[in-house]
Amino acid sequence: MNVITDHLPEFGSGLLLTVELTLLSLAGALVAGIVVAAMRVSPVGVLRAAGMAYVETLQNIPLLVWLVLAVFGLPEIGVKAGLFTTAVVVISLYQGAYTAEAVRSGINAVPAGQGEAARALGLTFTQSLRLVILPQALRTVVQPLGNIAIMTLMNTALAAAVGVVELTAAANRVNLAEAQPIWIFVAAGLAYMALSGVVGLATGTLERKLAILR
Amino acid sequence: MIEVRGLHKRFGAHTALRDVDLDVAKGEVVVVIGPSGSGKSTLCRCLNRLETPDAGSVRVDGAELPAEGRALARLRADVGMVFQSFNLFQHKTVLENVTLAPVKVRGLSRAEAQQRARELLDRVGIGAQADKLPAQLSGGQQQRAAIARALAMRPKALLFDEPTSALDPEMIGEVLDVMTGLAHDGMTMVVVTHEMGFARRVADRVVFMADGEVVETGAPAAFFDSPATDRARDFLAKVLDH
Repeated sequence: MNVITDHLPEFGSGLLLTVELTLLSLAGALVAGIVVAAMRVSPVGVLRAAGMAYVETLQNIPLLVWLVLAVFGLPEIGVKAGLFTTAVVVISLYQGAYTAEAVRSGINAVPAGQGEAARALGLTFTQSLRLVILPQALRTVVQPLGNIAIMTLMNTALAAAVGVVELTAAANRVNLAEAQPIWIFVAAGLAYMALSGVVGLATGTLERKLAILR
Repeated sequence: MIEVRGLHKRFGAHTALRDVDLDVAKGEVVVVIGPSGSGKSTLCRCLNRLETPDAGSVRVDGAELPAEGRALARLRADVGMVFQSFNLFQHKTVLENVTLAPVKVRGLSRAEAQQRARELLDRVGIGAQADKLPAQLSGGQQQRAAIARALAMRPKALLFDEPTSALDPEMIGEVLDVMTGLAHDGMTMVVVTHEMGFARRVADRVVFMADGEVVETGAPAAFFDSPATDRARDFLAKVLDH
């Protein structure tokens, strides 16, 4: 147990970075997901195709490949960003593809009459989506979005592979010095579990609060 | 006010509308009746382009309905619509349902829109329900809220797509009363309905449709008492028998 208490500062800063990565990536994923889902249901064919291409491209290449590509490829084409920033952007865009699909299923679950009523009142397509459809769609997909949040949290561990010293990388560093993998990684694992527990609780609370009467 | 020429609409192999012409004058109440599948709802939905016609033209107040986009949205704002299934926004209170479009489309201030919404809700008799969610209302109350929502845009014309077909019998009257009041106030209305009593009492003109075509049109008294076509006689015999 000493191995954990001795290295609390390292674990602490790793944990903090994991939380930061998760929260920023989630915010980014939500924005990207809503924009792409809106594109996928838009009446404009080009936007629909672009939205679909986005989802297919992002989902069908592993996150680790995207991370390595971004970290080594972006400087080649003159884009210089810190490792943390690069990781946040890549994870956001990647999780954004999954978020888009969840949001789109929510949009499809809203009865067609809602959009018709909105358009019959003179709201534009974008206004109908923003004011009538999305608020109802998002309420129905709180649970899947919670799963995506947990998946995002777990996927931040991949940032370790490209040099971001988040929780997994911090644990790995401590292990290189102490060679006690079981204690060290069990501790890291428990920390991840605690974090996803918090996400799960938040999802449940949100779902109860936002449920709409039909 | 509304001018329909040569309207055609197909759904796959099924032709829902065949060369339909219709004129609705300002202040006129036109009631469209006919058997199920006769195309009357489709016609109603083509009037504000919720369905895109395959051929033909629809003019509202002189302007041809454009393709989907901002211009169409502006035109739709002037033509209110009341649906069979109410379609109130489920996540908003009754008051918010009524104020949404006036604020977002007409640019009214929130306070102004709310004051006007409360007046309208009082007028349709559900002022006390303003802060409830749609699901907490009865069907008749929901439909009256939907009528208030349409009226809040101060439309030039109102379309009713079977407004009482989803209601329990005892709630039909309260909705028809509101509609009768609107008709007496001079609102231009196109009403698709199965309520023959309403058609007879309130319509200026009855349009009878069957198989996607306008079969007969005339003043309600003449139409109901001595229909000119066999198709209409047959239909009336079935619906008026009981």
